[in-house]
Amino acid sequence: MTTTAPAGKPVGKVPADEMERLRRRYGRRHVAARCGVYGAAVTAALLCALPFLWSVISAFKQNQDLYNPESNPFFFNMPATPDHVTFLFTDTPFLTFVVNTLIVGAAVVAITLALALPAAYSLARLDRPWGTPMGIAIFMVYLVPPSLLFLSLTRVVVALHLENTLWSMIVVYPTITVPVSVWLLIGFLKAVPKDVEEQAMVDGYSRLGAFLRAVMPLVFPGIVAVVVFSFTLTSSEFVYALAFVSSSPEMVISTGVPTQLIRGDVFFWQSLQASAVITAVPIAFLFNLFLDRFVTGFTMGAVKT
Amino acid sequence: MTDVKTEAEPVEAGGRRERPKVGLADRDGFLAWVMLLPSVVYIIALVGIPFLLAIAFAFSDVTTGDPSFDFVGFANFGDVFDDRVFWRSLRNTLVFTVISMLLIVVFGKILANILVADFRGKWFVRFLVLLPWTTPVALSTVSWLWFLDSIFSPVDWVLRNVGLIDANVVWLGQPGTAMASVIAVHVWRLTPLAAVIVMAGLIAIPKDLDEAARIDGAGFWRRMFEVTIPLTMPVIAVAALFGAILTFTDMTVPYVLTRGGPTHSTDVLASWAYFRGIEGGDVGQGAAIALFLFPLLLAAAVAILRAVRRLEAR
Amino acid sequence: METVEVKGLVKAFDGHLRARRGRSERVLALDGVDLAAEPGEYLVLLGPSGCGKTTLLRTIAGLEQPTEGEVLIGGHVVNGLPPRVRQIAMVFQSYALYPHKTVLDNIVFPLRAEGMERAEREKKAAWAAELLEITPLLRRKPRQLSGGERQRVALARALVRDPAVFLLDEPLSNLDAKMRATARDELKRFQERVGTTTIYVTHDQAEAMGLGDRIAVLEHGRVRQVGTPQEVYDDPADTFVATFIGSPPMNLVKRDDRLVGFRPEHLLPAENVTSERVTMPLRVERMEYLSGDRHVYGTVTGIGEETRVIARLPATVATPLAAGETHEFAVPADRFRFFDAAEGVRTAAVPIGGAS
Repeated sequence: MTTTAPAGKPVGKVPADEMERLRRRYGRRHVAARCGVYGAAVTAALLCALPFLWSVISAFKQNQDLYNPESNPFFFNMPATPDHVTFLFTDTPFLTFVVNTLIVGAAVVAITLALALPAAYSLARLDRPWGTPMGIAIFMVYLVPPSLLFLSLTRVVVALHLENTLWSMIVVYPTITVPVSVWLLIGFLKAVPKDVEEQAMVDGYSRLGAFLRAVMPLVFPGIVAVVVFSFTLTSSEFVYALAFVSSSPEMVISTGVPTQLIRGDVFFWQSLQASAVITAVPIAFLFNLFLDRFVTGFTMGAVKT
Repeated sequence: MTDVKTEAEPVEAGGRRERPKVGLADRDGFLAWVMLLPSVVYIIALVGIPFLLAIAFAFSDVTTGDPSFDFVGFANFGDVFDDRVFWRSLRNTLVFTVISMLLIVVFGKILANILVADFRGKWFVRFLVLLPWTTPVALSTVSWLWFLDSIFSPVDWVLRNVGLIDANVVWLGQPGTAMASVIAVHVWRLTPLAAVIVMAGLIAIPKDLDEAARIDGAGFWRRMFEVTIPLTMPVIAVAALFGAILTFTDMTVPYVLTRGGPTHSTDVLASWAYFRGIEGGDVGQGAAIALFLFPLLLAAAVAILRAVRRLEAR
Repeated sequence: METVEVKGLVKAFDGHLRARRGRSERVLALDGVDLAAEPGEYLVLLGPSGCGKTTLLRTIAGLEQPTEGEVLIGGHVVNGLPPRVRQIAMVFQSYALYPHKTVLDNIVFPLRAEGMERAEREKKAAWAAELLEITPLLRRKPRQLSGGERQRVALARALVRDPAVFLLDEPLSNLDAKMRATARDELKRFQERVGTTTIYVTHDQAEAMGLGDRIAVLEHGRVRQVGTPQEVYDDPADTFVATFIGSPPMNLVKRDDRLVGFRPEHLLPAENVTSERVTMPLRVERMEYLSGDRHVYGTVTGIGEETRVIARLPATVATPLAAGETHEFAVPADRFRFFDAAEGVRTAAVPIGGAS
């Protein structure tokens, strides 16, 4: 070799005690790195979830405990009470909101799949020259926000006599979910090897038959991911729900809770906190189950389109 | 060319004795359109037409009380420009967007790095981290309303007991802290989404590259800044622009947290359009305000396209 | 003193079913490996996929930590040390060039990590580029290079570190068949010029035979045999090595508690074997003509159980043969290898009937 290696580096040319020192140093570093990872993870989890912890504690507090500026918000200074949580279910329309949210969510998910699945297949597999630009165009629709459209859509909803009904949301929400779902599904479809449907076609199925019988079962996990994703988007939507529906029995959680559980200046604080936690936990749980799929879906859609 | 090719593929019916028929279900060109059409029609009907309608409303005197359409030219825009609240909300929107976006990207990147690391209890940490984003915005914002309450705020309680403040801050009652609160809640809510997108980018980096860098002697920071970040830049850009668009057009946090107050100091374009167009009933003016979102959105969309293009070029 | 040595190396991976079925699902990728590479040696790790050869290489590199055992580089135990202080350089199967950096930046990256002066590292990069004949490519990005050029860039990046050992992980498998022969030759010449100890992983026996000073044959995380290409071919330690190396593989005929092995090219029509030999009747079933050689598939009797065997007849043997005929074949007596039928390991020679 023409050049010598810089000092301090080569393992082969150091005395044994130096090696021992090195090993101890990297051992310590390794431990420090692990501690760092756990420290960072705990910090991140706390920053994100601390408000929910507060919510849970507040939800079970007695009024005198909660409405006392001096009492510790992290502890029950007086015995906990489930009264306010029961109140949420018995004396407020919260359950109606939950049912409405589920109805709207289910209907929107069904419409989304019916529209997005064939569209995604068409764009991902049928190789038309306009496939890629069309895919990007549909994706761009996702970027047209509710705040730009809610005024005119409100007029459309009124013209269709859908105002103050769940239908108004069922009809309009797929504008939000379809573009993202198409994007995600394209990713999942492209991950299915072409051979599979070509084999099905050679075995006597039509192109459509191959899609339904050979490809669909393989993208089923992707479909489940899209269902969860669409449902999450639907349940969070606020602007349309606020603009279209103003009568309590037809409201969904996201508008019902902030508008109906706040009467003038009277807040049912404990019940509000309980409703937030009750809604948040199942959705986050579902979402977490499918997180890896979204992540792969996102990348595949982005890289392969 | 593709059409010719499809016509020439009747053999696929394979194995049948009688002369194979080319059904519609076998024609790629036909299928491609039929499968795509419902989505396209639906989007044109409920996004395209309302969009044109929004433009039309901006030039009309439509109100909730009097839905008849009369063309009034640029009168709505004139009124909007004369209104100091509009300029205030435009400025608020920009401040809100730029600051939130920067924070979202930085925190999102850090969070993504934590989430791809390998540690025990990862599933539970991920669950907790996802909570802010998966909770319906309106609900989490209501929770924050309590945490920032003028008298009972737990945040103030902590700060008081640590000794940082003597009396409650009244977060939502002063223009500066109100805006800071709105931004904080928004960043808190969107960071998990940004993290998920960046995570997708991180996972897509071939493992070989990181290992090669480790063998080449690069430490954690060098790998981060010279390998990971340059390679995820397009994805980070996409996350940033998403964040920007979602922030720019968002009205939920200001609407629920402060109702635009105190005295319009947290009003953004979207919430102001809502107050004028729906609560004030002046659809024309509301539409004119909302339309201001569009040119900036378009710029962001073009930027996203270019980022995606670069992603493909890799 | 060996450059690289591993002692009693065990590496266990937890199976996918760990959570459900408890710890018993552990997979042993390395199951007690002892191996040493001498200074300047070209050591090839050869084995079928999943035999643990890549895990062994990655454990030496420090990318994996062994469950048990020691890795020594330059006589020092390096367990627990990160790759960067081990003084190794590695070329990955994919070459792992940084796609956003130019060729030059790729090459100087390890030097910058060491904190070398700018002028010095540029000089060194120029030297490496010169050696590998990639000087005209220095300003390009990896995606503008051909597979062979990428390989040379990856070698240059490995070379500038002055490593004690090069670790190469199937570097030829991403090249097409035509490129592979040239690239193999280049690799060999490169190592001869540089003279650095090299450990090379492959599943391709032609690569292993062509490149290696010594070959270590691995299977199921164990080293089955270490030796020169000639040793592993002519004197396989067990039936695995005997059948894994050589194409077509060694014929094995069961005889009592032994397996009698002989290479297809030593099984010739009896009249072509003049030395001390063992004859056996062979019923020809099928023949293939492959680049001048005749591969004869048939069944032999007489030296043990009736067994299907393959004979490889060079073009110089013109004996007329046809499917369905039975012909007298013979193997030179010193070409037989004997294995224990139960264990598969080599045993002493036993006399075979039919010798003449």
